[in-house]
Amino acid sequence: MHQILTAVFEPGFFGSAQVHVAVTIGGIVAVVSAVVGVFTVMRGQSFAGHSLGDVSAAGGSGALLIGLSPVAGFVGLGAVGAAVMDLIGVQRLRGRDLATGIVLGAAIGLSALFLYLTATTGATTGATQQVLFGSIFTTSSGTVPVVSILGAVSLAAIAVIYRPLLLSTVSPDIAAARGVPVRLVGVAYMLALAVSVGLSSLAIGAILSTALLIGPAATALRLTRRMAAALGVACLIGVLATWLGVLLSYDSYHWGSSHLSLPVSFFIVAVIFVTYLGSGAAGSRAARAATRHRASITPAAQHEDIAA
Amino acid sequence: MTRSDHIAVTPEILRVDQVSVTLAGRQILDEVSFSIQPGEFTGLIGPNGAGKTTLLRVILGLQRPNAGLVTVLGQPRSPRSQPIGYVPQKVLLDPDLPMRARDLVALGLDGNKYGMRLRSGTRGQAVREMLHAVDAERFADARVGTLSGGEQQRVLIAHALISRPRLLLLDEPLANLDLRSGQEIISLLARIAREQQIAVLLSAHEMNPLLPVMDRVVYVAGGRAASGPADEIVTGEVLSRLYGHRVDVLHVHGRVLVVAGSGDDQLASVPLPTGEAG
Amino acid sequence: MFTGFMMNAWTTATIVAVVAGVVGYFVVLRGSAFPAHAIPKGAFAGAAAASLLGISTLIGLAVFSLLGALGIGTLGRRGRHDVATALALVMMLALGAAFLSRTTEYEPEIYSLLFGEILGVSTSEILPVAALAIACIAAVAVIYRPLMLSSVVPEVAEARGIRSHRIEMCFLVVVALATAVTVPVVGALLIFSLMIGPPAAARSLTSRPLLAMVLSVGIALVTVWAAIALSYQYNWPVGFFVGMLGALSYGVGRGWAAWRRTRSAITPGPVVQQH
Repeated sequence: MHQILTAVFEPGFFGSAQVHVAVTIGGIVAVVSAVVGVFTVMRGQSFAGHSLGDVSAAGGSGALLIGLSPVAGFVGLGAVGAAVMDLIGVQRLRGRDLATGIVLGAAIGLSALFLYLTATTGATTGATQQVLFGSIFTTSSGTVPVVSILGAVSLAAIAVIYRPLLLSTVSPDIAAARGVPVRLVGVAYMLALAVSVGLSSLAIGAILSTALLIGPAATALRLTRRMAAALGVACLIGVLATWLGVLLSYDSYHWGSSHLSLPVSFFIVAVIFVTYLGSGAAGSRAARAATRHRASITPAAQHEDIAA
Repeated sequence: MTRSDHIAVTPEILRVDQVSVTLAGRQILDEVSFSIQPGEFTGLIGPNGAGKTTLLRVILGLQRPNAGLVTVLGQPRSPRSQPIGYVPQKVLLDPDLPMRARDLVALGLDGNKYGMRLRSGTRGQAVREMLHAVDAERFADARVGTLSGGEQQRVLIAHALISRPRLLLLDEPLANLDLRSGQEIISLLARIAREQQIAVLLSAHEMNPLLPVMDRVVYVAGGRAASGPADEIVTGEVLSRLYGHRVDVLHVHGRVLVVAGSGDDQLASVPLPTGEAG
Repeated sequence: MFTGFMMNAWTTATIVAVVAGVVGYFVVLRGSAFPAHAIPKGAFAGAAAASLLGISTLIGLAVFSLLGALGIGTLGRRGRHDVATALALVMMLALGAAFLSRTTEYEPEIYSLLFGEILGVSTSEILPVAALAIACIAAVAVIYRPLMLSSVVPEVAEARGIRSHRIEMCFLVVVALATAVTVPVVGALLIFSLMIGPPAAARSLTSRPLLAMVLSVGIALVTVWAAIALSYQYNWPVGFFVGMLGALSYGVGRGWAAWRRTRSAITPGPVVQQH
């Protein structure tokens, strides 16, 4: 028994301070991303969610350049980017993606410039990698309070606009007819998204930011029929994938003879990806069962062609 | 009738007064006027592109008219006004949407309130009653995105009605339904309207399914509208004036057919009936 | 600026602009901005892996961009399209991160793969790049009509036997080829900017397809040439200028379209509608 435990949890796992930080930050970010992510997938705004990661990165590299706190850069520019996306975005889906893409392009262009200037002024090395890929294991414990507060802000915003957001996601027309300020609610959501993505890009890198935002939410939406269940399942998947990824990455150091040690981001994304694929298979089986069930109890709705 | 100064005996539910709308350089609506009494079932009829959706949006406060005024129960539209039930034309309910029919109806009670909702027993009761009223209990627990067109229509009607509006607007509800589902929806609407004294304004480009239940027709064509009982409005004379060219109305086996003429006889614009009978 | 090794740059810039302009026209038409961003980004992971293994980065780009295209196409059949794109993208990036973790020595090369490099294509590589570009344009020419039809009126196309997911897959492969050609010069992160800014501007100026494509190539040419010249002059990265100029052309296009609309609204009376 002891041998199995040490095989799964390599020695030092529970004692490692790095692991503690990774598990804490990862857990918080996973929960916030899952909640915001459910709405993001429902609204079909995965592109915006991903793009804000890169926009935040531009803020991060800009902050590095002028010596500002990275948090301010990540979240600040992310919020500005979200506002601009909403401002120039048209209501039509294609126009909106185009606007998102343009903002993204401009932001990455800025990133390029900031990183170049950082390198030439000799500020920090490895800046590109740090900003783009981040690392949950090298994030310091000092960021835990910031991450917690920003995460709470994002969740609070979603809680406040929960029902109008849900209604305007189902149908903007119906919501507007009920007096919901659809545009404002949309902007509020985008800002919550920007804060969530900004803090997750900072803490765990741009790759994971998108993966934790979209993956667990998309999986949960395939499996559940109610909002509460979707939110719960998304959080569960996100947190479990994160913790499992941390564990596997820690363990991988001991695999093979040459310290294989693969990055956390790889494992977490892999777990999320496989879970999504699995839910596809499970979901379609459930859907087929549900259709069979309904067909057996509802009277057949025949199309009778009666000449007018 | 233009700005009339007679005193209404019963308060009108809806009054549209000289509403004009111009969009992208084109005049969609030109001094449209009519009113609806409480509990009346009104068909908003007209060819595609006539401006029916625009008119509905103006009534809801979603589109500002270039001229004219809309009042509901004597008040102009504002975010704090009485709710109007609304079933839009194309509601794309995503198959992925994590909402059962029951949940969507419940959202009709408080979808515009901020903050998180506290549990309340009366909600469940109201939702159950509404689902029963629209005969949607069979599929109350199915995902809304997996329902058929007719089933979704019922759920959306329940959603619109649960907040007890005095006026219900439906934009082309029959457009994507087969004949039988359409007839079921119409009988359902007529029954609910009668039972709960709700005024219904329903737009359609084909008026025959509505003939048995309509109290009034608002016919829109050429940017103008005529309003009144169906047998007064749906006549060659009135419709020809609306369209601006010769139109004939034929009655075949209890059905009405509107037939366009050759189009080369232009008619002068004369005042159209707005059904303002006392 | 126009001698010796810079001639490489101008040649490849022209090839890049033509490919980006043509493929980009369809990217904008189909609303495929996300895949156009995701495929190059995922391809970057392959390029990094290739440089690690000592293989030509072009091969790494080509393999991973095709993988990405296939991934998006396959996942997108069963699930939401934007979710499929996001997940395929992060999976490839995660693979790339796994490769990169084996080494820390490639910072400058990573940078130029991400943000572009004037001299990104060496003389020995011009021929393969040109060949890929020709293959890419040829592919577009072959599927031109089904692609146009299914992009504009998908239901009509289905009725004609053009399966939308097959066309989508073909199109994604075309984007993958375009990626392999263009990323070394413009950078993985900004090639999509070249594929959406100029075509979006072109579409604001005209609605005729072939003219729009020509304009799209033209604006892309101006963008890339300007970016290279400015980069040469100021030593700032090519990608920065591409991103900014892409946004500029989009903005100009929208401004022009808005101005045209207000002009038409001023004229009184019934206006002939083009739709």
